[in-house]
Amino acid sequence: MQNLVKTFLMTELFGGLRITFKRLFTKKITVQYPEEKTPQSPRFRGLHALRRYPNGQERCIACKLCEAVCPALAITIESTVGPDGTRRTSRYDIDLFKCIYCGFCEEACPVDAIVETRIHEYHMEARGENIMTKDKLLAIGDKYEAMIAADKSADASYR
Amino acid sequence: MSTPAPSIPPAAGAPAAAAPPTDPNVVNVEVNGVAIKARKGQMIIEVTDQHDVYVPRFCYHPKLSIAANCRMCLVEVEKAPKPLPACATPIAEGMKIFTKSKRAISAQKATMEFLLINHPLDCPICDQGGECELQDLAMGFGRGVSRYTERKRIVKDKNLGPLVSTDMTRCIYCTRCVRFGQEIAGIQELGTTFRSDSSEIGTFIEKSVDHELSGNIIDLCPVGALNNKPFRYNARAWEMVAKPIVSPHDCAGSNLYAHVLRGKLRRIVPRDNEAINEAWIADRDRFGCYGVYSNDRLQQPRIKRDGQWLEVSWQDALVATVAALKTATKSGGDQLGTLISPSATIEEQYLLARITRHLGSNNIDHRLRQRDFRDQVSDPVAPLLGCSIADIDTRQGILVVGSNLRMEVPIVAHRVRKAARKGASVAFLNPAEYEYHFKTAAYVTAGDALVANLGAVLAAAAAAAGRQLPQHLAQATSGVNVTDAHRAAATAISRKPGLVLLGQIAQRHPQYADLRALAGGLAELTGAALGYLSEGANAAGATLAGALPHRGVGGKDVQRAGLDAQSMLSNPRKAYILFGIEPSKDLANGNAALSALRAASVVCFTPFVTDELLDVADILLPTATFAETAGTFVNAEGLWQSFDAVADLPGEARPGWRVLRVLGNELELTACDYRTPSDVAAALEHELGTAKDLEPGTTVYRGSFAPGAGAVGAALAELDVPIYAIDAVVRRSAALQATALAQGGLRGGV
Repeated sequence: MQNLVKTFLMTELFGGLRITFKRLFTKKITVQYPEEKTPQSPRFRGLHALRRYPNGQERCIACKLCEAVCPALAITIESTVGPDGTRRTSRYDIDLFKCIYCGFCEEACPVDAIVETRIHEYHMEARGENIMTKDKLLAIGDKYEAMIAADKSADASYR
Repeated sequence: MSTPAPSIPPAAGAPAAAAPPTDPNVVNVEVNGVAIKARKGQMIIEVTDQHDVYVPRFCYHPKLSIAANCRMCLVEVEKAPKPLPACATPIAEGMKIFTKSKRAISAQKATMEFLLINHPLDCPICDQGGECELQDLAMGFGRGVSRYTERKRIVKDKNLGPLVSTDMTRCIYCTRCVRFGQEIAGIQELGTTFRSDSSEIGTFIEKSVDHELSGNIIDLCPVGALNNKPFRYNARAWEMVAKPIVSPHDCAGSNLYAHVLRGKLRRIVPRDNEAINEAWIADRDRFGCYGVYSNDRLQQPRIKRDGQWLEVSWQDALVATVAALKTATKSGGDQLGTLISPSATIEEQYLLARITRHLGSNNIDHRLRQRDFRDQVSDPVAPLLGCSIADIDTRQGILVVGSNLRMEVPIVAHRVRKAARKGASVAFLNPAEYEYHFKTAAYVTAGDALVANLGAVLAAAAAAAGRQLPQHLAQATSGVNVTDAHRAAATAISRKPGLVLLGQIAQRHPQYADLRALAGGLAELTGAALGYLSEGANAAGATLAGALPHRGVGGKDVQRAGLDAQSMLSNPRKAYILFGIEPSKDLANGNAALSALRAASVVCFTPFVTDELLDVADILLPTATFAETAGTFVNAEGLWQSFDAVADLPGEARPGWRVLRVLGNELELTACDYRTPSDVAAALEHELGTAKDLEPGTTVYRGSFAPGAGAVGAALAELDVPIYAIDAVVRRSAALQATALAQGGLRGGV
């Protein structure tokens, strides 16, 4: 009997529509991407970058901890003795198709060399572009160093 | 690689534990509340190791003397006022040992904190990271945070030569490397200078570490202070796969691990085998592997057409090979000569011997550097050592004839030194002075007159024993000038059990037959065993597989003996097959051989391509080095040791056995459908039957060759092949070639 009344009076329908009408008159939260963008956390894990020290020296020391920790096996490193006798990478590849953007590489890095930047808008046009080589990663690092450094310092007090 | 916790089988005394406690050699102790019977005189750490109770340690090593200077193995012993070092405390009746009590752990933690005071925190760039004993123990016993805020000290790095890299700041002064030099190598190349917190490990004066076993200090070093220099910063310990292989450079057949990453051989470390190499390997085994990646690897089969080299497919290359071999053997198989490296696997030896004989030729040989084949009918079934490698330790009298022992087979040299240290009389009869780091009973420097001097030793031994020599030896021993040195050597070898070792210089000697007959007579006279230090890694296997002109599989005589390695070059053939050989460097009278090869059609199975091969060969087939092929080596004690391919092949190169199998098919060789190397080995074993099982003691000389005393000259430089020039891979190892030993200054060992 109660069900019958509910069915004919459509109370549930109006109950649901109440939310709809209420939202019609509140402030919109839709963002007009790409003209507008949502705020990002400094911990956002987007495209990878390799950083340098201010004097231009690569930070990466080829310790291979990121390669070891990577759960998706996306990182491949070959190490060698650098021109100054230090431990350096001769190859540093990240396969973006394999990468799951977990950020473990960044966590593992003892010298803050590999970082995940806030860049998330990128695409590949040709086969093989998914492999981020050392040169590409360093170029990203050089380009966005200001942003990376700001994010790192914003997050530093929580570490 | 760091030293793993030793897994010594329970001591011989352990079974005796069933005897009543009155046995004076059994001591009852208690470890962590568990009653244990142990042998009297054992140290606590030996007992705990045997019963799988782990006590942390840095300076203790089962193969070295006890130093007790790291203090990491402190354990609590009941009634002892202080924790005691387990490595230096002998057990006593009723001793109660606690390895994990609060007191023991706190003592170990305190030691660790002191050790870490000056140790740099550069694990991310340290090659030892991931296999570091200090790192592991710091996880177990270290604090998370350092309380030490003062300055850390820095020690200047030493240059120890091209093989061992140093980061001396990381050193924790366990002195394993120092003790290794004193006790195993026999020459103290490293030592501690200054004292207390100014101590430094170094070479006293600026020099490199040159001993042929010196690479072992890399494994001994529990931290990253001494490391593999050619391997420096190449890969991390955890990412490589360790695959067991066998030494391809000498007849000891040392057991090795190849560490491989992404199909590339990165480094070689020892695989413990008490019966052969214990925990050590020669530098040649450890650093030789870098020659595999030399720039002159042959990537693609090549054919010479009208004087021009063309890169061709395997199909075309094999068709050309078959055509060349068939053309040359049309008028008789005798026109084919086959030379195979003594370091080729037994599968390759067997297949190539089959192919050569299938083509109607018996001209196949692996004795590339031998010059004298007069007495080859008296050769043993296989050139074995006369006793097992471990047995050398227990020999009382050893006479080494014509051998630069330390350079030829460093592992056997180490065993001989061990025997000498235990009191054996070791005598040498060599063309030149070579240095040995123990007291030799006699050292006869024979110069050119090796035969006459060996005759003198034999005469001295016969005189001492008061026995007549057999008729065939009479001429060589009559009228020789017997000196005190000869008599001392004869006295040495008369001790029982004895061993006469014929070295590689003797085997390369132009009067090898004379030397062997005399050595055989001496062995018979004194009751000693006669042993051979054979060339390459697989001379015994080559003999078994029938890679000899006068013998087939298992030493069976062939109907009509073919030409040996020398005469097949001095009587030029129409075609040659060279397997893993660089003629001018691997053959006796190599340069003379080149002209014979140039005139013939030459099929060359080779991992490397050189100008010389391009000059003499007509077909080049790229084959694998030891790292890239599976196979079997038979070592000097007759042990068959099989291994798998560990690294990827470059380009179109293929394992030798596989190429030979296809070539066998193309040549219509019957029953040649092997699918794996183990199929080949199984076929050979089947053919060998009981002859497969070699006893190292079966090398008794039964011939009756009559040696003459006349000296035939051969330059010592030709007979004594330098340690790092022994095979193609070693010759290409840049690190080894940069050593003082290879640079010539230290020829013969200093």
